[in-house]
Amino acid sequence: MTFTINGEAFDSEPRAGQSLRTFIRDHEHFEVKKGCDTGDCGACSVLVDGTPVHSCVYPAFRVEGKDVTTAAGLGLPGELSPVQQKFVDHAAFQCGFCTAGMVVTASTFDDDDMADLPRLLKGNLCRCTGYRAIDEAIDHVHTDSCGVELEPDARAAGTLLPESRTTPVIKTRPRAAGADTPLIEVPSIEAPATGAPIGTSVGAPAGERVVSGQEPFTLDVAIPGLLHLVVLKSPHAHARITAIDTTRASALPGVHAVLTHEHSPQTLFSTARHESRLDDPDDTLILDHVVRYRGQRIAAVVAESVGIAEAAARLIEVDYEVLPAVFDPHLSTLDGAPSIHGDKNGTTSRIVDPQHNLVAELHGEYGDVAQGLADAVHTVSGTWQTQRVAHTHLETHATIGWIDEADRLVLRTSSQVPFLVQTEICRLFDRDPSTVRVFTARVGGGFGGKQEILTEDIVSLAVLATGRPVQYEFTREDEFTLSPTRHPMEVQVTLGADTAGLLTAMKVELLSDTGAYGNHGPGTMYHSCSESISLYNAPNKRVDARCVYTNNVPSGAFRGYGLGQVIFAIESALDELARVTGIDPFELRRLNSVTATDPLIVTHVEGDDLILGGYGLDQCLDLAEQALARGNSAVAPTGADWRVGQGMASSMIATMPPRGHFSEVTVTADADGGFTIGVGTAEFGNGTTTVHTQLAATALSTTPSRIRVKQSDTDAARYDTGAFGSAGTVVAGKAVLAAAQALARQLRQLAADHTETAPDDWTLDDGALSSGDRRLPISELVAPEGLTATANEDGARRSIAFNVHAFRVAVNTLTGEVLILQSIQTADAGFVLNPAQLRGQIEGGVAQAIGSSLYEEIINDGEGTVLTTVLRNYHIPQLSDLPVTEVYFADTRDPLGPFGAKSMSEAPYNPVAPALANAVTDAIGRRPTELPMSRDRIWRLLQN
Amino acid sequence: MDLNTVTRVIPARTRTDLSSLGGGAVPLAGGSVLFAEPNPSIHTLVDLQTFEWQPFMVTDEGLEVAATTTLTQLSTLPDDHGWQAHPLFRQCCTALFGSFKVWNVATIGGNICTALPAGPMTSLFSALDAQALIWKADGSDQRVPVSELVTGNTTTALEPGDVLRSLHVPARSLDSVTAYRKIALSALGRSGAVVIGRLDPVDSNFVLTVSAATVRPEQLRFAALPTASELHAAIEGIDSWFTDAHGAADWRLAVSGVLAEQIRVELSEGAKR
Repeated sequence: MTFTINGEAFDSEPRAGQSLRTFIRDHEHFEVKKGCDTGDCGACSVLVDGTPVHSCVYPAFRVEGKDVTTAAGLGLPGELSPVQQKFVDHAAFQCGFCTAGMVVTASTFDDDDMADLPRLLKGNLCRCTGYRAIDEAIDHVHTDSCGVELEPDARAAGTLLPESRTTPVIKTRPRAAGADTPLIEVPSIEAPATGAPIGTSVGAPAGERVVSGQEPFTLDVAIPGLLHLVVLKSPHAHARITAIDTTRASALPGVHAVLTHEHSPQTLFSTARHESRLDDPDDTLILDHVVRYRGQRIAAVVAESVGIAEAAARLIEVDYEVLPAVFDPHLSTLDGAPSIHGDKNGTTSRIVDPQHNLVAELHGEYGDVAQGLADAVHTVSGTWQTQRVAHTHLETHATIGWIDEADRLVLRTSSQVPFLVQTEICRLFDRDPSTVRVFTARVGGGFGGKQEILTEDIVSLAVLATGRPVQYEFTREDEFTLSPTRHPMEVQVTLGADTAGLLTAMKVELLSDTGAYGNHGPGTMYHSCSESISLYNAPNKRVDARCVYTNNVPSGAFRGYGLGQVIFAIESALDELARVTGIDPFELRRLNSVTATDPLIVTHVEGDDLILGGYGLDQCLDLAEQALARGNSAVAPTGADWRVGQGMASSMIATMPPRGHFSEVTVTADADGGFTIGVGTAEFGNGTTTVHTQLAATALSTTPSRIRVKQSDTDAARYDTGAFGSAGTVVAGKAVLAAAQALARQLRQLAADHTETAPDDWTLDDGALSSGDRRLPISELVAPEGLTATANEDGARRSIAFNVHAFRVAVNTLTGEVLILQSIQTADAGFVLNPAQLRGQIEGGVAQAIGSSLYEEIINDGEGTVLTTVLRNYHIPQLSDLPVTEVYFADTRDPLGPFGAKSMSEAPYNPVAPALANAVTDAIGRRPTELPMSRDRIWRLLQN
Repeated sequence: MDLNTVTRVIPARTRTDLSSLGGGAVPLAGGSVLFAEPNPSIHTLVDLQTFEWQPFMVTDEGLEVAATTTLTQLSTLPDDHGWQAHPLFRQCCTALFGSFKVWNVATIGGNICTALPAGPMTSLFSALDAQALIWKADGSDQRVPVSELVTGNTTTALEPGDVLRSLHVPARSLDSVTAYRKIALSALGRSGAVVIGRLDPVDSNFVLTVSAATVRPEQLRFAALPTASELHAAIEGIDSWFTDAHGAADWRLAVSGVLAEQIRVELSEGAKR
């Protein structure tokens, strides 16, 4: 059949049941992304004869004779369409995986549609930004450069945020702000000045490519002879494979390999990746003869198409011995419960008690809690429960592997940790690191979910078995049913305080369900009880924490790494204490929070690698309190059914993970006058690439446009622990800065040697060195291979960052609806390297946290089957669900971070849920203790 | 997503082209449901779009809507006939979880035959007491009230090989004053309850249709607008509330009562004018 894509004529036949999405990608138009494959996320949006559709649910045969337009058809770098240009100007993307579909959809809007954006964009999901920048970008295509606030009722579908229509509001003001609210001084993307681009809102280097769909993500590449891998999944939550017959599957034409536990290396590992592989229990095999959760791999089929592989997988015959299973973490450690990893050696696998499903535990006391509680005048206690949350990065996990011309195993993967993947793959397959290359293209979101080996191991096995390139792509259902979730935790907190409101005791008990495997189980348990507790001075503290196995889907690393679960409980308990004592919640924090000179104590004084540098909590509390007092023009809906309340919460986080986070970076002055950074950390929407170019350009007195970044590739840098623990700026960025500064010194020396002058006579000046009237272009100074400087950062010393969140809400007592009237976050981010980008990080963290607080929940049936397997049943925030959060930065400077910057990636997520719960409590007089605070839960809370 | 087991698409142009339906041969309308979930038992798609059915036919008896009419076509149907119920068409389209891009392809028949509790076309055509025209597999025709066509969560009265041809909305329903309410666990989320009230223009009978909160559409009929307590008691009498990711059964019952009361008040205020 004939059709066109972006004006180019094609004549080819789709398969009968093929969707338009994959058909377009077959024609190497990779700008059409898969976020869900069910018509929910919009990343695959295209125009068919001008009509926007979700191409994943559009039968390909129906484009016969029609014209298909993708993002690339709207405009390409250098010739962007207006809507694409506005997305660049407003930094309206982070990872950028949703962006091509977003701009295609937005290209169909006219001026009259601006009031209807929440409905029109509900089928375009962005997990990174929180939509404020997207909203602005689209709005600015249709309004003047100043922008006018939209009719507020368009924003919340019947839940009004009334506001004067007559007052034009500059869009950098909070959406619901009144005219007297001060502007938040965050400009749009600027053309950076030469010399000192730090501290300015430089745009992401990939911007024009992202908005036109030209920036390749993991699978956006055509590889000749590519085979596809499909996994047969366990129908049982706990079972032993007694027989497996792959004869019929292997005989199917087009099948190249059928892999079972008989083909798997018998080396135990953990899917979790850390700088030290000893952090996680070795309890996993690539393919095991025992399966411990529903959906676990039974076998893998490698075939010439996904369809053939699926058909072959259906032909595999498996006999199981079904084993008893346990799903309730309270029951799993009791005598008589089935031992999920009873076959493991606790010492060598690093599991505390495999027979009793106990992965890790922490028991410790500082002072005397019993005495502290006995001394207390006021005591509060409660139990809080958090749910399973899915990261929902829009790019699913995926790997393409092949053997390169040097006979190396190459993995192109969607990972936050390419170097750690390389290390573990080498261990599993007994290979030297020189024979394995791991790299990422742009990564479509992570949030901790890609600090795991979920696809790389089985692809490696398949590539080594077949010698062919092999691709394994998770479906969205795989993300919900196989990939690790945020750890559900039950947290009991007891606080004691004296008459003045000073804490006399803090007691925390924790039960964490790590699911069938222990990846990130110990780490999240320890971290959950760290900065959440050490934020407060109390003479007596006790922690009893356990992390246990169940036959549920595994839990893993999630933004905040356990901290948010316990912060939800402690900050809620503190709010209760404020109510009991009659002390204002802000004041209660001031009374009890650590100051710049206090020791940090959980069950003992924390190590001296951690410093309270550039302390900003006091400013964060003041700024949030002032903004809340100032209010905004949003008023609650009228009617007796609505109650209004406000609440706040604090959070503290170390600026990087403990026990070392390493990066070795090169910066090269190239013979063409540009500079190249070689850095191992990954870009997945965190914006580190932008910051790295800013840091290097500043040290080299040039513009970011002269900086190239080669990144997240074991070939591009010697080492990087990876993009987790918010380390992209404070570890890798610090190394980039040091390498660039070293290069600047070497260049000045070179100029001095060249001219028999002193190095101090020379300054760098946009691609040249100058001294008085003399100007030496760097391109003439350096050898053809360029001049390279190297620097290391080891993360040996860490600092502390603070966030405070405050909300004013209205709650409908008849329906349980929580309407956010005002949302404020204040951040102690140290020196702000890129205001627009940092604001975006905070807005995105708040958005994800509002999702966790109000909507998101992986529901299972209590017997290990996940019921929420598609995006429409797992509600991540849409534009209509989010307020514009006022963001304020404390004026601090960190002694460790580059130019005084702190990390600020995970941090914004953590205070949101308790702040919202405290506001709801203030409104209705009853305390939600379970997440999410869905409308049905809030309604039920009001019934008793 | 790709339906990798499908090997054949049959464009249907005459009723005899439907004879292959059954087993792994299923009707294809817009595709927004079929292509959104894996179903390896399907091998053949019988394309209904090639019938090129006229989307709307207006007669003295009412409105005949082809099953292949898209939600976009329904939501933009001009208000040429002064139908009091006209706003309900678009209101119900907005209750679809899918975006306006899904409206561009999703069909009314597909939405009803999928028989999800939250299917807004089931809500709409039940509330309007529409009759479904079924092309039976044996070649005969059957008329069934839409409210009885959907029998449960993803179950219908259709038998293998049956095809929903069209929906007939009686003129009296079109001339009715209606009131619409929807609630979900989020502002624009998949419906937890869609409640529609309709006052008959001739005899002032009141019919309340509760959907999305119940596994099948539930209709409460009154000779006139009930009192608040009568309405409340009738809602309490419904027994098909259900729990899923979009709301717990007890909440669905409660908020259906809240929405129903709002509808009762709205229609009684309208009646006073």
